[in-house]
Formats: sequence, structure tokens, C-alpha cells
Amino acid sequence: MAGLELLSDQGYRLDGRKATELRKLQARMGVFTQADGSAYLEQGNTKALAVVYGPHEMRGSRSRTLHDRAVINCQYSMATFSTAERKRRPHGDRKSTEMSLHLKQTFEAAVMTQLYPRSQIDIYVKILQSDGGNYSVCVNAATLAVIDAGIPMRDYVCACTVGFVDETPLADLCYAEENGGVSSLALALLPRGGQIALLQMDARLHQDHLETLIEAAMTACKGVSKVLDEVVRQHLQEASVLTGE
Amino acid sequence: MLKSKTFVKKTRSGGVMKVVREHYLRDDIWCGSEVCTECKQESTVLQKDACMESSLCSYPHYLVPDTNVVLHQIDILEDPVICNVIILQTVLQEVRHRSAPVYKRLKDIIHEKEKHFYTFTNEHHRDTFIEREPGESANDRNDRAIRVAVKWYTQHLKTFESDTDGLKVVLLTNDQGNKQKAQDNGLLVYKCEEYVKSLIANPELVDRLALSSDDKNEITSSKVLFPEHLPLSRIQTGIKSGSFLQGTFRASRDNYLEATVFVQGEGEDSTEVLIQGLQNLNRAVHQDVVAVQLLPRSEWVAPSSVVLQDEGTGKDDEDAEEEEGNLRTAAAEAARKPTGKVVGVIKRNWRPFCGMLNVSQIKESTRHLFTPADRRIPRIRIETRQASTLAGQRIMVAIDGWPKDSRYPNGHFVRSLGGAGEKDTEEEVLLLEHDVPHQAFSQAVLSFLPKVPWAITPEDMMKREDLRPLTVCSVDPPGCTDIDDALHCRELENGNLEVGVHIADVSHFIRPGNALDKEAASRGTTVYLCGKRIDMVPELLSSNLCSLRSNVDRLAFSCIWEINHKAEILKTRFTKSVINSKASLTYAEAQMRIDDTNKNDDITKSLRGLNKLAKILKRQRIEKGALTLSSLEVRFHMDSETHDPIDLQTKELMETNSMVEEFMLLANISVAQKIYDEFPECALLRKHPAPPPSNYDILIKAAKSKEVEVHTDSAKALADSLDAAKVDGFPYFNTLLRILATRCMMQAVYFCSGMDSDFHHYGLASPIYTHFTSPIRRYADIIVHRLLAVAIGADTTYPDLMDKHKQSALCNNLNYRHKMSQYAQRASVAFHTQLFFKSRGILNEEGFILFVRKNAIIVLIPKFGLEGTVFFDSKDKVSPNIVFEEEGPTLSVEQHKFHIFDKVKVTISLDDSNIQHQKIRMALIEPVIPGVSVPAPDTETPAKKQKLDR
Repeated sequence: MAGLELLSDQGYRLDGRKATELRKLQARMGVFTQADGSAYLEQGNTKALAVVYGPHEMRGSRSRTLHDRAVINCQYSMATFSTAERKRRPHGDRKSTEMSLHLKQTFEAAVMTQLYPRSQIDIYVKILQSDGGNYSVCVNAATLAVIDAGIPMRDYVCACTVGFVDETPLADLCYAEENGGVSSLALALLPRGGQIALLQMDARLHQDHLETLIEAAMTACKGVSKVLDEVVRQHLQEASVLTGE
Repeated sequence: MLKSKTFVKKTRSGGVMKVVREHYLRDDIWCGSEVCTECKQESTVLQKDACMESSLCSYPHYLVPDTNVVLHQIDILEDPVICNVIILQTVLQEVRHRSAPVYKRLKDIIHEKEKHFYTFTNEHHRDTFIEREPGESANDRNDRAIRVAVKWYTQHLKTFESDTDGLKVVLLTNDQGNKQKAQDNGLLVYKCEEYVKSLIANPELVDRLALSSDDKNEITSSKVLFPEHLPLSRIQTGIKSGSFLQGTFRASRDNYLEATVFVQGEGEDSTEVLIQGLQNLNRAVHQDVVAVQLLPRSEWVAPSSVVLQDEGTGKDDEDAEEEEGNLRTAAAEAARKPTGKVVGVIKRNWRPFCGMLNVSQIKESTRHLFTPADRRIPRIRIETRQASTLAGQRIMVAIDGWPKDSRYPNGHFVRSLGGAGEKDTEEEVLLLEHDVPHQAFSQAVLSFLPKVPWAITPEDMMKREDLRPLTVCSVDPPGCTDIDDALHCRELENGNLEVGVHIADVSHFIRPGNALDKEAASRGTTVYLCGKRIDMVPELLSSNLCSLRSNVDRLAFSCIWEINHKAEILKTRFTKSVINSKASLTYAEAQMRIDDTNKNDDITKSLRGLNKLAKILKRQRIEKGALTLSSLEVRFHMDSETHDPIDLQTKELMETNSMVEEFMLLANISVAQKIYDEFPECALLRKHPAPPPSNYDILIKAAKSKEVEVHTDSAKALADSLDAAKVDGFPYFNTLLRILATRCMMQAVYFCSGMDSDFHHYGLASPIYTHFTSPIRRYADIIVHRLLAVAIGADTTYPDLMDKHKQSALCNNLNYRHKMSQYAQRASVAFHTQLFFKSRGILNEEGFILFVRKNAIIVLIPKFGLEGTVFFDSKDKVSPNIVFEEEGPTLSVEQHKFHIFDKVKVTISLDDSNIQHQKIRMALIEPVIPGVSVPAPDTETPAKKQKLDR
């Protein structure tokens, strides 16, 4: 069988999107009341749940305490039912550990940790259904959860993956595209200042194309940020209506 | 922009897995029609007055073919008559999965602007997407999707009825069920055949229709002739268990009832299975991949030496059986070979075949047999109404299928190539039969050409060295328009010489990965036929922008050495440059300048310097053991108007030839070393393996017969003994010996340095070698240019360049194309030789025996560089007493004994009894052997004519 045609001559991708179009993004904030902040986010078929506890006192090993800012603790996991084949180990494998680390780095760059010295912020993210772009969906969900928890951030952190096919950057890759031999790049952006919180790529890509690819990723991230902003405003409105009564 | 979502579920084999994918439906997919005012499209493809005059559809209409119509009738769709066609995405995807070649052809058609083919992305359109219903098969769903899309188009176009004259959409399908359902839905639907037959202006298109399965019944008799092919699943289990063997079917050239199946074993361990008889051959066609079952040992047979040609007209099944009986005559036990029968075909390798039509005896009949030019291909039954016009023409026919109750495969007419025996036609045939891609470059390819008028931009100049002030000149054969190399030589202040080889910078124009690059990679090489050139890159590049013509600024890739007067290289550097050649010379002109002591201009001085160095370089090379071999190359003098060969002469070599060659070799070796140092894993190099010692047997024996000893332990020993080999009174002996030595050699091949460890070039006695100097006509050179450009930091890499497996695959294609182009070239020379002798009548010439065979001698005629066979046994005469001796080898015919290198006299004539296979016939005149040799015919008249021509 011939491999998948990721981008047709007419400019449509496998699922009917054009190169720069994002998947449908839906989100809800404050899905749990027990936690300090929570959010549920769907980006196409990738669905993630993010929960935030804190800032609170250091728990566990106190030796990790930082005296000038808060420690961010991230844990990434995938539900056993999130992939086509049942996953044996929901967390703790190499991939999850790496992902946890990436999330931690991303949020250390975005959260104003210096406001909470000697304390800890826990961010738990679970992928409920995986269809590509897990990292970016986690970042987007966690952003909403952090906002829901009322922890000050410099800006939204918005993430998006982009791939490079036929000299064209494709925004927001789905699983089939990620696995179709595309060099993909994940980028987390603080959209207002245009600062990059994290950039990760482990595929081969020619240096000449890197700039266009980053450009495309930033545009896509800004698209994501618009949607997130709407979600936050919508949520606030609902909340204020409720409390206003 | 509306995005809505549905889910498409897919299961994959190997553990059933549920795959969920998103599927967005859009409302911004436009119809592509000129008449439409509703769609906000930027450009339209489909015309307003779509005129294909058909008696079925008298109104303007667009065609929508379904998948099977595209797959089987692509020949029809390619016809310029058919335009304004809507290709649905459903169809395009199905075609992509089912047949890669058809998909490529379809895409080429879509790219062609004049054809007005529009791709409608129906699967993502809000109104035309449908979900598979429970119990509905995938095919049924796709058929329904096609019908829904056609319905949508019909209604969509209806809204603009006022300003069109009833523009309609017509569905073409060959599926009865689909047609019925479409009719029930009120769609306009026709079978492809009905529609094509209704086209008023083009009745001949009908012949290009492929026969669909339900037509076959009427053609064939009810008698089942062949055993059923096994289903693929059973073949696979059989191959796994070892009861069947898988291999490539190779039909015999001489005997249509015999074939071998080449079974690739592990490593060197390959076997051949003999297949005999129509039943056992079981409809396999040459080059198919088949599964064979071995017969019990008692039924094994020996390959028959009988020459059998299929003369049947379709009714002679009894004769065939009789012939088969004759095959199994007494065969010695030892000569028997593993014999088997074909049980199934794993992969058909059918291509369109060239050949001629045997017009049926019955005048009104529309069914005719077609005889392919390649004897290994069976005859094909086709249906045509233009038999009378096609008779005597070379035509192309594609096979559609071979039902088990038909003696011959069924096919359809693809196109006519022209009258048999005509020059253009025969050229076309030999290109097709040697698989040389020679169609015009497609629009997609041409779109990547630079815009004319082209000029060197300041950015180009920034990155390049300006070598325009240098006195650069090019030396090429006369009439050469694709000049890819130029040279210069000047004295430096320190007394040393600076020599530069400037090669056309083709890689500047052909960027990796685009359509132009892919086309060039697939063509691999430019093919030179007598009086014709099949370009690898479009003419704008090959003869203009890349060609280093004189007195224009051209981009070049330069290799510049500092060399002292002993021809020792002191410094080598490579650079991209801009040059301005001062003169384009021919070899003869350059030679004259060098020899003319009165001339002392810059160009001449430069040439003299080059010539001097080249002589030293050559001597050094030969001292190292490089071989100088010989093969006779002939040149035809063409009539400038008719392009018929007037005269024929062997190519003359001048000093300047070797001068240019020497510097090209030097450049190639320098570049090879450089790219290998830089990219040890993925350098594209060229090697020439040393031949196995047994290859030299014939040479040693032949030399011994003249009491000359030839040493073949090393290239150097061979070169020395060839130089020493001389026989008094036989000046031509040395050349003959060199010709023989050439035949012993192996083929030089391209390879990727990461995949091989032996780099040696035997013929040139160089440890490393590549091709750098002819990027206009060889694709390997383009890759080498890219590698070198990266190595000197002038260009960037791309993934495929660094992937040794991809490179290796590319090398295989290049080697194949190279080989085929050589065959095509030889075939072209042979054809022109025939044309030449056709006009000359019978000639008497002197020649030398080159080889001695069991029943024949092979004679070389130096004057024409022509080789021919003189047979001593023929069918209709009593054969003379022939004794062949392996030692020697010698052949005794009656009293006379033939040795290698004997001088003989032969008559040459053209045998055109078989119009598809004309050949040169030779007969012996001297020595006179009663009953064998022929009397010298009177050749007075042609000889005179020849003089007049001059």
C-alpha cells in the first residue's frame, strides 16, 4: 500500500483541514471542585484533563524547597484507554517522565513563581484520549487549570505542534500525520510578548526550513491563545453571573 | 468556515485495531466550473462550453468517471479529445491505492491545463460526504459517494441553467449495478464503451477501449484451455511451505512453448525451472512474477533446441498439441532439467507492447491478432475497425487480461507509431522497447524551469567567483549543443600552470525534490541515437542555459589545479563560478590551432599548454596500468534533408580528444576523493570491478593462435602485453586483440560509498572515481555536484542526499538506465546500418573472424565497424561437414579450417523477409569452399554510385 498522502494537490490534509488550520478546540474550566484549579480540553480527538493543587506548603522532601520562589511539580500520565491498544503502564515510563519534565520547564517559564517562595504548585495532567499533539494539548489544558486556580502567570502559555510536508508547514498534527514520517516540532509560546517557553524537536529538518516552521508554529499558537482567551472570558462571565445573584 | 465532525473508523490487519480519525466537512470547496457564480473560487478549470460531440449527449457536459473506468481506460482519458472531466477525490484515492502507474498518469493529466480536469474534494464537502451504512461494503459506499457527488453537481449546475445551454454532468461507469442505481436516482449515466462509441468526431478512439470483463465471453470459445490460477492466499501458503517456488517468468526467444522461471535463492543460490507446453506455461507472460510447482522427476525434460514460432491463427489448437509432442523427443537423462508448471501469477508485469497487426483473413472481422516485436511476448488479440489502416504500421497494444478459455490474451490498441520500416517509427519502437522515457516533458516539469530571458542576478554573483576574464574555451564533437565542459590553462607568476575545468552548473537550476529533479532522476541519462538526442533535462537547460556556449556568461562549477610543468598537482580547489567561454571548438579545430605554428593567440596558447600536460598525464596513467581498449565506433554521415545515412565511417581519434578526456578524468578523480573524504557514507562513486580470470580465456586462446602471449594477472600486465602484441604483416591484429579484450571486461557501475567496500576502477587504474563532468546528460553528475557543493559550503544538503539507502536505490536506477541507453544506442546504430545497406545493395567486403562458434563464424568488418554471423548450416540445405574444436577454438568446414583472426571475404546484404526483424546477412566468398561459399556477386553498380555520392 502506498503511504498516506498527507497533503493533497488541492491543499487538503487527511482529515480535510488546510495546512494552517487547527483542529476544533473545546475547553471547560473548573470541572472539579475538590482541586484548586482544573480544566478539560479537547483538541480534535485528543482529550486531556488538567488539575492544579497549590500553591501550598512543600510536601514530601522539604530539601527541595526554594527560598525565592515556588517549586512546580508536574506529573503527566496517559489513561490506559487513551490509545487504540490498551496501555499497560499509565505513567512512570520514559516518555511520560520526559513529558513531565517538559511541562515543568514550560510552566516554570510562565507562572510567576517568585510570588510564592518556599511553596509548591502541583500540576497533574492526564491524557484521556490520544490523537497526536499530546504535549501541546497538555500545556493548553494546564494553562486553563492554572488560571482556574488563580495563580498569576505572565501570559497564557499556548502550545502547538507543526510538521513539515512538501515544503509546507502543517499546523496542529493529528496522530496519523505525526506517524506519517513528518518532521514535527512542538512549540510553547507566551503569545503577547512572543516569547518561546519551550521548543522541542527530535526529527531531522533542514536548517533552512526551521525559521518558516517556527513562524508557522507561532501563528498557530496565537490561534490557540485566542480560543483559550474566549474560554476564560466565558467562564468568568458564567462565574460572575452565578456569584452576582 | 464551518467545521463539523464525524468519525471514520478503520481496522488494520495484524491484530484488529480501531483507528479513530477526525473528518472535517467544509463549505468552502468549490465546483470548479466556469458557469458557476455561487462558488467563490479564484480560478476555474472546467469550461463553460464543454464540447465533446457525442450522439448520446448532444448538450455540453462534464464527465465523471468512476474508479474502474479510470483504472482500465486511462488510455482513453489521456486522449486529447477527452476534456472537462471531474475527478472525484474518492476516485483519486482508490486509484492511488490500486495502481501506482495509473495514479501517476492521472495526476499528469490533471496537471495539464488543456485537458481541463478538475479534482473535486467530495469527501470533505458538506453536501457530498456520506457515511458507510451498516452492511454496506467499502466499494458500495464509494460507488454511492460517487453517485451522490454527481447528483450534487447536477443540481448545483441546474441553478445556472439560464445562462448555460443545459450543461449537464455525465457519470461513466462499467458496473451494471452502479449504473442501474444511478439511473434510478435520475442521473445521466453511460457505460464507458457506449459513450466512447458515441463520440462523433473520433471513431478511432473506440479501439483504445480496454475490453471489460463482460465482453470477453463473446470473443472466446467455451472450451477451457488453461487450468485455473490458484488464489493468492493459496499461493502464499504454498510458497511458505515450499511446495511452490516464486520467480520471474522468462519466455524463450526462440521457442514459444518454452520458458524458464528464474527463482532467486539466498545469495548466489538461484535456480532455474524449465517450463514446457502451453498448459504448463498457463498464461504467464514474459517478466511476470509467477508461482511454479515442480513436476515429478520422471517428467523432467531437457530444453529443446528447436526453433518454434507461433504461427497459429487461433484455431490451431490441435497443431499446437502436435508441436508440443514434438518437443518431448529423446532427451538424454543428464540433460534434463528441473521442470515445472505455472500454478498462479503473483504479479503481472504488463506494459504496452510494440509490434504489428496480423490482419485477419476475414475481411469484415474486427478481431485481429497482434504480433509484438519482442518474440518473448505472445500474440495478443485485439479488436479494431481500422485494421486496413493499421496494417503495415507499427502499433502499441496493451494487454487487458487472459481468460482461461482463450488461446491468446485480449488487449486493446493504444496508439499507432507510424509505418513499419520508417525511420521515425523504428526509432520510437527501439526507445519503447528499451524502456527509454522519451515523452515530452510534462507541464509540471516545465514549470520549474527558470524564466526566460534569464540573466545572472547580483545575488548569484555574490556567491560565485568571477572567472569571466579567463580565456576559457570548450572542445567538443562537431554539432554538439549540450556543452557541459570547458577548459582553461594559464601560466602563473611563479612559473607553474593553472588549469581549470569548468562544468555547467546544472544543480543550480535543478533543485532537489521538485518535479524537474524527479523527472531527471528517473530518466537518468541523455540517450544519443544516430541523429537524435533524447534529453534528460528540458532543452532550455540542456542546449541553452546550462550549455557553456561561447561569448555568453554562464554559471559553472570549476575545479582548478595548480600544476607544475611535470604535471604534478600542487593544489586543488573547487568553486562555483561565472565564466564566459571565448570559443567553442570542435576536436578538429582545436587540433588545427595547436598544429598551426603561426597562431599565437591566448586560446591557442592555452590549448597548447593543456595538450602538453595531457600527454604527460596520460603517460603517467598508462604507467600505472590504465587500459587503452578499443571498440569500433561508427559515425553516419546524414543527408541533411532526408536524414538518411549517406556514408559511414569509423570515428577518428585525435590528440585533442585525449586531451579533453585526460582533464575530465583528472577532475572526476579529484572530485571523487573530495566527496569521499567529506561524506564517507553517502558519496556517489563509480567503480569498475576487475573481471574474473575466466573471462580472459577467449582472449588468451585467441592470442595464442598467433603465438602471442597475453598476461592477465593485473591491469598493468594486460596493458603491457597488449602494447607488445604485434604480428608482422598483420597491422590490424593489435586493434582486434583490444576489441576482444574489451569484450572481457565487466560493466562499470555507480554505487554509494556507504554500501560497498571495493572502490577500484580497473580500466582507469584509479583507486577512486566518479562522474562529475557531464551533469547535462547524466544524473549521477548532478548528485555529485550537490555533494561537492555541500562539501565546499556553497549549497545545503537535503535528507535524501544523506540517506545511503535512497542513494543506493538511485544508483540502481541510474545503472539500469545507463545500460538500456547503451542498448538503445547500439540498436539505433544497427538500424542505421541496415538503412545504409538497403540503399547500397549487395557489397563485398573483407573482414576478420572475431569468434568461432559451433556452427558459425562471427566476422568483423573494420571498414563499417560491423559484426555479422556467417552460418554454415541452414534449414533448407544439406549442412556441410562441420567439426568444432574447443581448443583453439577452430571450426573445420569440409576441408577448410577457420581460426580466430583469419581474414575472410564476405558479401553483405539486407534480409528484409521479416519486416519486424530486418537483419544484415553475410555470406562467405573467400576462402572458397564448394557448396558453402557463394560466388562473388557483381557489385560494380553500387560501387560506382558510392563514388558519385562523394
